[in-house]
Amino acid sequence: MTNLKGKNLISISDYSKQEYMEILNLAAEFESNPRQELLKEKVIASIFFEPSTRTRLSFESAASLLGAKIIGFSNPAGTSQSKGESLHDTIKMVASYSDLIIMRHNKEGAARYAAEVSAVPVINAGDGANQHPTQCMLDLYSILKTQGTLDNLNITLVGDLKYGRTVHSLVQAMCNFNATFHLVSPVELKLPSSVKMHIKKAKLDYYQYTNIKDAVAVSDIIYMTRVQRERFSDPLEYEKVKDLCIIDASTLEGCQPNMRVLHPLPRVNEIAVDVDSTPHAYYFDQARNGVYVRQALMAAILGVK
Amino acid sequence: MTTQNKKELIVSAIENGTVIDHIPVESVLKVIRILGLDNYQDEVLIGINLESKKYKRKGIVKVRNKYFEKSDLNKIALAAPHATLIVIKDYEVIEKISVETPEHIEAIIKCINPNCITNNETIETKFKVVVKEPLKIQCHYCEKTMTNIRFVE
Repeated sequence: MTNLKGKNLISISDYSKQEYMEILNLAAEFESNPRQELLKEKVIASIFFEPSTRTRLSFESAASLLGAKIIGFSNPAGTSQSKGESLHDTIKMVASYSDLIIMRHNKEGAARYAAEVSAVPVINAGDGANQHPTQCMLDLYSILKTQGTLDNLNITLVGDLKYGRTVHSLVQAMCNFNATFHLVSPVELKLPSSVKMHIKKAKLDYYQYTNIKDAVAVSDIIYMTRVQRERFSDPLEYEKVKDLCIIDASTLEGCQPNMRVLHPLPRVNEIAVDVDSTPHAYYFDQARNGVYVRQALMAAILGVK
Repeated sequence: MTTQNKKELIVSAIENGTVIDHIPVESVLKVIRILGLDNYQDEVLIGINLESKKYKRKGIVKVRNKYFEKSDLNKIALAAPHATLIVIKDYEVIEKISVETPEHIEAIIKCINPNCITNNETIETKFKVVVKEPLKIQCHYCEKTMTNIRFVE
């Protein structure tokens, strides 16, 4: 068993495969018994320099279930940052009041810098377009729960593969588990070569498609993301491709029985409502899994598990 | 004195100091900036567009009474990956060193990502060298990889 006590989680690459598995096993323990007052004596700082309802509530719910006290802010307006205080000074101050910092920031790299400045561990709850490692951990947990394994799966990633940070982290993490990747996106939003590099380095296979229908039958997991109109330089191009990366119940005909659809949420129109009632819909359970994974991370990093 | 040394006399010989040879012509001023020679108090001799067998045209910098740490010299590799450093004492060549691209680069390069925290707070930059040639580096903070290098002004 590895020791995660005091370890930051800034980027998905900070943790080894063994460490992921340790967190996922712990998350399963919390799922079967979520109310454990293991952090009764601890203060957790939840500092959100940009608003994020889902992630913040999930973290705060996880901390509350563990009995921790939560301090912090959900919006920088009215804090010392808005008066011009440097991030360095804010983090120093928050670290002196707490045992662990959960931080979201709109600038890429802010979490890594905070971890260097802070005397207490930092969990990155999203830094701009860069990393959102706890989302990736809960995606892994959802895949493990629905497939019974993380090894040798066919993972289909759909939508905005260029800018979607959850997609980039998931590819990076699944490279540890001998996955085969099916990449479905408009040409303008293909997976960047810097992310494909991880797949090539791990000597794994990937296939590219422009229409989701071509990848449904082979998939164990279909991971949906939203294609945003503003990503296209040519609006006509958006109109041409917008229906090729969306699914409804009929799209999923012929899929494998074990196939599950994931989505980091919020969804707009990329998953039709009629998918919700199929046995393949898993996105709402996926969001709930986030609480158990965050409980596991906080307990492990604070050394109570 | 060898034939090669005689050729270098185009830019006046130095008694003691360091000659930085085989600099790409366009990188001479960058090398000066990387090594902080723009504030150096002793003589710095600069040659640009000199003939070179290997590279057709090259730049050369001679710094009087100055010897560099190897870590300083490796920073030059970012602008001049094939540069040679020649250590001179009493007009004699004491040592020739080829520069090597370092594994990590601190402070001298700017991150190209405008949304990187290093471009928004007063933070010294750090980069990991991912590929040495052609140079590809990754920002330690925002994790962006980049091939075009911008030096801190």
